[in-house]
Amino acid sequence: MTSTAPAAPQATASSPVRTTTRRPAGGGWKRRAPLLPALLFTIVVTQVPFLLTVIYSFQSWNLVRPGSQHFVGFSNYVDVFADSQFRGAMLNTVLITVLCVLLSMAIGLGLALLLDRKFLGRSVVRTLLITPFLILPAAGALLWKTTMFDPTYGLLNFVLGGNTDWLSEFPLAAVMTQIIWQWTPFMTLLILAGLQAQSKEVLEAAQVDGAGRWRMFASITLPQLSRYLQLAALLGAIYIVNSFDAIYLMTQGGPGTASTNLPFYIYQRAFQGFDIGQSSAMGVIVVVLTLIVATFALRLMFRTFDVSGGVK
Amino acid sequence: MRTSLRGRLGGSALTLVTWLIAILFVFPLLWMLLTSFKTESAAYTDPPTLFFTPTLEQFAGILERGFLPYLGNSAFVTVMSTLAVLALGVPAAYALSISPIRQTSNALGFFLSTKMLPIVAAIIPLYVISQNVQLLDNVWALVILYTGMNLPLAVWMMRSFFLEVPKEMIEAGRIDGANLPTLLRRVILPVVAPGIAATALICVIFSWTEFFYAVNLTAARAGTVPVFLVGFITSEGLYWAQLSAAALMASLPVVIVGWFAQNHLVRGLSMGAVK
Repeated sequence: MTSTAPAAPQATASSPVRTTTRRPAGGGWKRRAPLLPALLFTIVVTQVPFLLTVIYSFQSWNLVRPGSQHFVGFSNYVDVFADSQFRGAMLNTVLITVLCVLLSMAIGLGLALLLDRKFLGRSVVRTLLITPFLILPAAGALLWKTTMFDPTYGLLNFVLGGNTDWLSEFPLAAVMTQIIWQWTPFMTLLILAGLQAQSKEVLEAAQVDGAGRWRMFASITLPQLSRYLQLAALLGAIYIVNSFDAIYLMTQGGPGTASTNLPFYIYQRAFQGFDIGQSSAMGVIVVVLTLIVATFALRLMFRTFDVSGGVK
Repeated sequence: MRTSLRGRLGGSALTLVTWLIAILFVFPLLWMLLTSFKTESAAYTDPPTLFFTPTLEQFAGILERGFLPYLGNSAFVTVMSTLAVLALGVPAAYALSISPIRQTSNALGFFLSTKMLPIVAAIIPLYVISQNVQLLDNVWALVILYTGMNLPLAVWMMRSFFLEVPKEMIEAGRIDGANLPTLLRRVILPVVAPGIAATALICVIFSWTEFFYAVNLTAARAGTVPVFLVGFITSEGLYWAQLSAAALMASLPVVIVGWFAQNHLVRGLSMGAVK
């Protein structure tokens, strides 16, 4: 983190642009006007529903019983914290997010290193590698469920032998495989961008000094990549924490609740149990937990997304 | 660098390995492509068949199952929300870059923070609101939500493109007495136009593939392409070849867009933080 990130000095150098160079006095509202529609729209679409979630979370409200809506204070929260399935879903969410982010980053780093050299058909290989990211996640999930993981006709058992029912014996691993497969291309592209941004002079100088390949990777490339790796981890986490398609389509959270994560569990409570109050309370808890993590993340992000200059 | 014979051999071995990994990686998709041209009985064989007489019957089959209305909904929602994102996002990005306001950093932070709110926390009120205003199973609900989903991303991304407009060019234009519309049209727009196109492509990809809102807020009437695919989880034991054809047709538009936009993909996904 404290490493020699190449973009940092440049970004700080350009920061005066925002603070000093051109700011004609006055005209505040005229300048703000172009921003306002986007700001208002985003507030209405993203913040209002969340406020309502908070309000609903203090109510007992079941959609199948009209007129059941009334204020109950914190009792939904008490129920949620007592619910062992909720804790299980939380644990699964953490597990899925952490493992998928780390593994897709590790594979992505490997692939990016392979792609960061000139070779025959490089652009074709890159195009192939990004394609899993472009396939509809819903299509990807169903494909893995059927043609790959099927116990009788699935290709995985054909290659490995045996007749393992992957989705019921290893539901979490199966779901994570699909998520990692889908997100690795994104990691690859992001890390590749980082590799290509590193200064060639430093690498050449190190080579002249007789540094070995591993040495160069560990003490030059990796530190220079750190900002990109942080960014990859944060963005990957934002998306993977919300994973729903793979679980909904591959395992339905099962068997039992073995592969239920928070988005799926809240969905189940809301749309199959019709329990608006409790699922809202869960939503609020998830948001609070996310905010705690995000506060740290945002601080990091703002170092990465240098507001004044952007990573160039 | 010297390229010794050993070095060159090592290089081609590495190239071979890279190719093999790439092919292995996309193998599920190659298999999907192959399966979509099989008959259902050829799709289920143990061992799997590699050679078969290709047929288009699966593609005809999914059209019969009523795929086109879903495709139409996806196209409508994607186009409308992307246009809305551009209409709202381009001026906002302008306000945050070329002509920065004092609260730039707060505003950018706010946009970024909305991406961190888990969508599950919003789905219940969105369901209730849509029901109350008769927007449940209505394409417009998705247009509004996808606009909200992509707008923060687009603002960040387009801001990074606007920041690339050379300040000197704008100053020079001002000195020559050009007014704002002229400046926009003559100086700024030509520079940022490719950026706006890239942003639009990213929005298209995200809207087309969105699943959570679509599955929870639409049904038969306003269902998008991912919702069509959900129909296969109940019958997945029966129609693999048809599923493959459906998955292929549903993904193809985005795959093509993505191939074209691949150079901008990273920038879009990283909200403009990385070129």
